[in-house]
Parts: sequence; structure tokens; C-alpha cells
Amino acid sequence: MTTPNREPAPQQGLPVVAVVIGALFFVGLVGLMLYGVMRSGDAERDVLPSALIDRPAPEFTLPILHDPSVQVGSAELRGAPYLLNVWGSWCAACRDEHPVLTKFAETRRVRVVGYNWKDEPADALRWLEQFGNPFFVVLADQEGRYALDWGVAGAPETFLVDGNGIVRWKHTGPLTEQIVAERLLPALEQVERQQ
Amino acid sequence: MLPELGQVLLVLALLVALLQAVLPIAGAQRGNAAWMAVARPASFAQLALVAGAFALLTYAFVSQDFSVRYVATNSNSLLPLVYRYTAVWGSHEGSLLLWTLVLACWNGAVALFSRRLPEPVMARVLGVMGIVAFGFLAFLIFTSNPFERLIPAAAEGRDLNPLLQDPGMIIHPPMQYVGWAGFSVPFAFAIAALLDGRIDARWLRWTRPWTNIAWAFLSVGIALGSWWAYYELGWGGWWFWDPVENAAFMPWLVGAALIHSQAVTEKRGSFAGWTLLLAIAAFSLSLMGTFLVRSGVLTSVHAFASDPARGLFILVFLGLVIGGSLLLYALRAGRLEAGAGFQPASRETLLLLNNLLLASACAMILLGTLYPLLADALDLGKISVGPPYFGLLFFVLMAPLVALVPFGPLARWQRDQASRVVAMLLPWLLVALAAGVVAFFMAPQGAWKSAFGVAGAAWVILGTARFVWSRLGNGGRMTPEMWGMVLAHVGIGVFLAGALLVEAQNVQREVALRPGESLQVGRHEFVFQGVDQLRGPNYLADRGHVLVRRGGRELTLLHPEKRAYASGGQVMTEAGIRPGLFGDVYVALGESLGDGAWAVRVHIKPFVRWIWGGAFLMALGGVVTATDRRFRRIPQEKSP
Repeated sequence: MTTPNREPAPQQGLPVVAVVIGALFFVGLVGLMLYGVMRSGDAERDVLPSALIDRPAPEFTLPILHDPSVQVGSAELRGAPYLLNVWGSWCAACRDEHPVLTKFAETRRVRVVGYNWKDEPADALRWLEQFGNPFFVVLADQEGRYALDWGVAGAPETFLVDGNGIVRWKHTGPLTEQIVAERLLPALEQVERQQ
Repeated sequence: MLPELGQVLLVLALLVALLQAVLPIAGAQRGNAAWMAVARPASFAQLALVAGAFALLTYAFVSQDFSVRYVATNSNSLLPLVYRYTAVWGSHEGSLLLWTLVLACWNGAVALFSRRLPEPVMARVLGVMGIVAFGFLAFLIFTSNPFERLIPAAAEGRDLNPLLQDPGMIIHPPMQYVGWAGFSVPFAFAIAALLDGRIDARWLRWTRPWTNIAWAFLSVGIALGSWWAYYELGWGGWWFWDPVENAAFMPWLVGAALIHSQAVTEKRGSFAGWTLLLAIAAFSLSLMGTFLVRSGVLTSVHAFASDPARGLFILVFLGLVIGGSLLLYALRAGRLEAGAGFQPASRETLLLLNNLLLASACAMILLGTLYPLLADALDLGKISVGPPYFGLLFFVLMAPLVALVPFGPLARWQRDQASRVVAMLLPWLLVALAAGVVAFFMAPQGAWKSAFGVAGAAWVILGTARFVWSRLGNGGRMTPEMWGMVLAHVGIGVFLAGALLVEAQNVQREVALRPGESLQVGRHEFVFQGVDQLRGPNYLADRGHVLVRRGGRELTLLHPEKRAYASGGQVMTEAGIRPGLFGDVYVALGESLGDGAWAVRVHIKPFVRWIWGGAFLMALGGVVTATDRRFRRIPQEKSP
């Protein structure tokens, strides 16, 4: 690599202490970043528990997307647990989670209720036709009347409500296989045990 | 087919970068001229390929091709044309492509302007830049492909984040990236010097303008980001110590230290090892900044979780580049020649202090930025480190630096008498202190901060003027390098006055007003004239009308807005601002409170423009310094 006459004299290197401290610092920093990266997939990590968790779900009455003359309210849904999924046809992330949600809904373990938020009914219907409708029922909240009560910050968001109408689990952002397996299913098991 | 072509161009660029990373460096080590000669054409080819890919993505946005996932996610048929261009870098994939393009531009510029360098130096520098480009292109292609198709295509796009639909956001990210990526040049030079095993003042002189230009762009980028936050977020603040801001600020601080230490090493041969370490640090921090902003490791404005695969990829790349550089440094730095010695009272000592203070400030910010993550990792709970920590420590570390600024240019190299410089500056110190005392008693509030701001600014500006005076008075000549230094130091003074005066004398009121009601704040009277509806291209706005009178005379009519964007229903605040050299009047519209009443937030912000003015002066100083012809003359013999 270098010509012999430029070989270093042995005493010329950096102080060993400095090198060791530097190396430790570097390794520590990389370790910390690695930890951060591992946690970055976990949407819940910075979410302080939602104010709704373990509290009653908000009361609401909304028309059904497929038949606006029929109104469905929180009272009708009570009795068995349900999963409320906030989505909109304008929401690209909702499309990302749609296959995951569909796969989960097909297990029929729990009712999956769609909460169509701030959407045009025609767009929403076309969207469901195109990508498939996994929902037990779809509620249409065109003006976002109850979204504030649910504390919805953006779509998609998913809530697990138990048979007594108590919110037990919440997820912000698109569902993934991992989140379903590691978070939703354990939460659902707990809900089912309580019934 | 055009998006696929874009993807092909990126893959070709990756291959070219690989070629550029391997052959020239190997050629330089073995003395193979043909291999070294690959460096330049490869750099130009890489620039052409990446620019082509960028143009194709831009075309996809302009032509509203919603079959491209990235376009569908970040654009919308209602989006005005200018924002379709800027939406290209509105999100992760496109930002990364812009980063890569900017890096390729620096790469091309180095290839173009390195003709006076000896072939092995040029080959190593371009080779190292090829390694960096390879990493970014691989990251882009394997984890963040902007050309990925959406099948079936979307009928309508989702829309660009409304926060980014703003003129300030058009130029802020490119400036920022030009600065960040620009530090790859001194970095590549440092690695080349370490590979070669010696640092030569002649080649170091060649890198100085590059560092200055990169630093100037970063200054402008940070200032624009701050300005944008000021008028777009509606809080009236200009700096929040947010992780993303810190990520940009850390390389800026180290870059400022690097500019100074490069000058010492070039002129005196001292600090050679330290200069190389700073060059490595500045670029490593730029990379880390990109990593922190892009990986979702630190939550700041990121709402959703990101893909850990991305973070992992860039972390591995980061670890290899930074770890490899530091390893090389540890192996080779010890054998660098020590420069001329110097005494405690000398310009070298002052520049050493400058470097230590800037580096400590950077370390302090790094600690504060990463501490919440560390606390989380050690299970100490959720902790956030906020402005009280950063503000106090930054003040403590920067106050001595401000005190020392005027001494630096006046002190002689190697050996000086402290009493000589002190005698030159003493009258100006007294003038500055007197100005501070006047400010203390005149300030309506925040007396101490006002006094520090005025005294500090006067001291830095007068002390710098004293340098110009003594230089010109002795029949000396001012080189562009000196003018650049003077401009940047005056910029520090201007910034200091702005930052401390606005912190001290900012007045803020939040009130409910009905149409016709008014609010008196000091000499200003705000008359609320009501709210009407305004239809924008892709939003609906509530627009307030607020008449401002100063001392009874009509000053201006302000129109703060609250915009609800058609897609997603996000609400954005557009503050109504009357800018002024000596202070802004700032009105933001809050919530409607019913009965025609609205929450209205009013700020009086004295001297706030000076903050950005100071930053632009610093940037201008960097550019003026870079124009010094001395840097472009590379003497054939090694300078003594």
C-alpha cells in the first residue's frame, strides 16, 4: 500500500486510550441506532396509551354506506366484540393494509366494522367493489361527525371494542401481518376470555 | 414505460458508481493510470444517469401518472403545477433521489474542477465519492424505489402533504441537501489523504472552497427551514430543537469548526489530524442526519411507523462508511506530520478554542437528541429533551465563542502578545458594553437578554470592523478570503442581536375577538374585521381580516388563513405577517368560537428578520471566501 520509507515509527500511532474510547463510543452509538431501528417498525412505541383504552367507546349513530336509510349505532353493535377500522378511498395507506385486513376478516373471529371517514359515498363504494369488501357493515361518516370523539388523527386507524362497548386496543397507521399477529390477536384473546 | 426506464437508469448509475468506487482507488494504490482515468468519465456518466432518472420522476408528477405508487401517494389532480415539481421531493423516496442527484452534481463538479490535482489524488477523491454514491443508489433501488408501480393505477392521488405546499418548501430541501452532500468533498479528500498516508497543504488548499460552499448552502437551508417553520406552523417560533432541526444543525456546527481548522492546517500545517477528523465528522453527521430524518428512529413529524428494513439498510451503510473511515483514521492519523508549534497567545490557540467550543456544542446537541432513545433503550421511561436543556447549554457554550470572535483575526499566527490585541479591542469593548447598558435600561421587558444581545452584537461587529480598519489602515489589502470572514462574523453579530432581542421582547396575546372588536398591544392596535371564505385550487380557507394600526396610523391589513385541504381534511394555518426590518407583526387565526367570534393569536416580534439575515450573511461569507483565487493556484512545490 505505501512505500517502505513512509512506514510509521512505532511510537507515532494515536494514543491507545483515545482509540479505545473512540471505538467504544462508536459501538455504543451503532448499538443505540440499531435499537432505534428495531423499534421504528413499532407504531405504538411513542403512542401514549390512548385516552379511550379501557373506557366506553363513544356513542354514535351513523347511516350505512350501502343503504343510507338504515342507521346503525353503538348500541346495536354491543353484545359481542368488534373491530372498527377507519378508512377512506382517498387514503393510500388504507389500500396497503387492505389485504391484511381482508385476511383477518376472513377468519370470522370477530366482526370487522368499516368506518368510512370523510369520503364521497360513490368513491367509497367503487373502492370496495375494486378491492373487495371484507366488512361486516360499513358506517359512513361523511362530515367526520364522530371521528373527534374517537380521537381519530388520520386514516387508517383501528379500534378493538369488547362486547360491553369498552375500547380495549387501538392501532394508528396501517395494519401489517406482524401487528395483527403480535398485537391484535393477543388483545383479542384477552377480550374473548373476558366474555 | 417511462418509470421502468427511470429504474433502469438508476441501476445503470449503481453499476457506474461501483466502477467509480473500485477502479480509481485500486489504480491509485497500484499506480495504474488507465484505472485512475476511469474516475472522471464515470462521474459524468453517473450524473447524467441520475439526472435522467430524476427528470423521469418529475415527468411522472407533472403528467399525473397515478400508476406510480409514489406519485399517487404524494400528488393529486388538483395540485397546482409548481407543487407538482416540488412534490418530487415531498416524501421519502423522492427526497432520497434528490439527495443522490445532488451528490452526483458535487461528484460531477469535482470531476470537472480537479484537473490541476495530481491523478492519484483526483482518483482517490472521486473513488471515495463513488463509494458514497453507490451506497445511496443501492439504498434507493433496494428499499425505496420511487418508480414502483401501483397496480391497478389509482384514479386519484392522495395529495402532497399540505405542510409542504408552500414556496419556502420549494427551495429548503434542495439547499439542505446541497449542504449535506457537499461535505462529501472534504470527506473524500480526508479519506484520500489517509489512504495516501500523508496530508499535503496544497491539496488541502484545493478543498477549502468546497467546504465553504457546502457550509454556505447548509446555512441557507437551515435558515429557510427556520423561516418556513416561523410562518407556516403558526406558532411564531423560529427554532424548536426538534430532532430534524438538530440533524441539520450538528453538521453545520462541525462544518464551521472544519472551515476554521482547515485554514490553520493549510497555512501553518498544524491540526492536520484534527482537520481530517472534522472532515470525517462533518460528513458522518450529515449521513446520520439523513438517517435520523429518514429512518423514523426518532419521532418528530413522522406520524406513522416506518419500515425497519430501510433503517437497517442505511444503518449498515452508515456503520461501514463511518466505521471504516474512523478505523482508517485510527491506523493512519498517528503518522501525520505535526505542523509548526505555537504559543498560548496566538491565533492557533484561538482557533483551537473555536473548534473545541463548536465541537462541544455539537456533542451536547447529539446527546440531547439521542437521549430520549437512550432512556427508552435503558427503560427509563419516555423522556423528551426540550428547549430548556438545549437553550441553556448552547448559550453557555456559545457565549465564550462570541467573546473570542474579534480576537481571532487580529491575533498573529504562532506567537503574539495578548496585551497588543487587547489594547486594540479595548475601546470597542467599552462601546459594546455601553450599548448593552443602554439596552438594559431601554428594554420594555427581558432586560438581561436584550443587553446580552445588543452588547454581543456590537462587540462582534465592532471588533470585526476593527480588523478591517487595521488591515486597510496599514496599507494592507483585503483578500476575498478576509472579506468572507468579515461578512460571516458580522452575520454572527446580526444573528445574535435578532435571536436574543426576539426572545427577550416577543409579545404574544391570544384573545377571542368578534368582528369590530379590537386589541391593543403596546403601540399596536389590532381591529378584527371578520372572516370570509376563500376557495383555493385544492383547499377551502377561512380568511380573517385584521387591520393593524401603529400609533393611531393605519399600518397594514393582514389576512391570516386557516386552510382545509380537499384531500384528507388536514387544516393548515397561514399566518398573516407584516415583515419589518425592526420587527414583524404576526397574526394567526385560531378556532371559530361561535357567534362570529374567533380565537386570534397576535405576536409582535422585534428584530426577528435579523436571525435569517445573519444566517444569510454567514452563507454569503462562505461563498465570498470560496471565490478567493488563491485556492485555485496550486503551487508545484510544497509550501514551507
